[in-house]
Amino acid sequence: METTFTPVSAAIGGVFIGLGGLLLYLFLGRIAGISGIIAGAMGQREGRGWRLAFIIGLLVGPSVVLWFDPTFHFNTPLLSVTVIIAGLLVGLGTRWGSGCTSGHGVCGVSRMSTRSIVATVLFVGVGILVASLINAGVAYA
Amino acid sequence: MRNHLFAFIAGLLMSIGITYSQMIDPIKVKAFLDVLGHWDPTLLVVMVSALLTYGIGYALIRKRKKPVFAPKFHLPEKRGVDRSLVIGSVLFGAGWGLVGYCPGPAMAALLAGSLGTLGFVAAMLLGFVLAGKFPLPAGTK
Repeated sequence: METTFTPVSAAIGGVFIGLGGLLLYLFLGRIAGISGIIAGAMGQREGRGWRLAFIIGLLVGPSVVLWFDPTFHFNTPLLSVTVIIAGLLVGLGTRWGSGCTSGHGVCGVSRMSTRSIVATVLFVGVGILVASLINAGVAYA
Repeated sequence: MRNHLFAFIAGLLMSIGITYSQMIDPIKVKAFLDVLGHWDPTLLVVMVSALLTYGIGYALIRKRKKPVFAPKFHLPEKRGVDRSLVIGSVLFGAGWGLVGYCPGPAMAALLAGSLGTLGFVAAMLLGFVLAGKFPLPAGTK
């Protein structure tokens, strides 16, 4: 599907993502890895409070953008077997791989962590291969 | 309580960034990953902007001995590239390429009320639990 290159909102959005991550590191001393924080909130009692607070922030973020710009719209996938399989792959993969786009891709690469650089090259590379070569047939609305 | 408030604001800032940059829209993400289609480099701008913001901030913060509200900084303890990191990152990339959702955007989009997003997140959470129960043998690559 054709989309338009939107560099200005992308750059502003990236600054917000970076600032959110910095805030968590400066005040709580934690790396803002979203997969790790969600899994941690489910799996362990210790530190569940701050993790749940972070997740609530994640959940309400889009409402804030919509409040400032009521015309803002984003697509979501329609439910299908492929969507479920992809969710499972993302869940297993980010735990076995110790992180996702935020923890490895933003925080880890910034810290020049070798593990994060390798992980990011792999998931972006495989993501490009799969998205380019496989017609997953997922519909969006 | 301060921990919870700052974790909430961190999650909120990241989610506003994910939304406003349109990374929350899987069509936009797939338009970046599908390099053989009508390629849209927006996601690249998001990543570079987030990396620069976090990288500059991290360089300033790292001189501190401890975070503002916590006794110490928690950095990942694992060192070196192992089999679990590689296999996990490849599986994550495959799931990301199929639908265009990584954990942050999928969670942020949850309250938009799409069944597809709900199914993806439910499968992802199941993946977190399964990967926690069945860790991959690390064994160096």
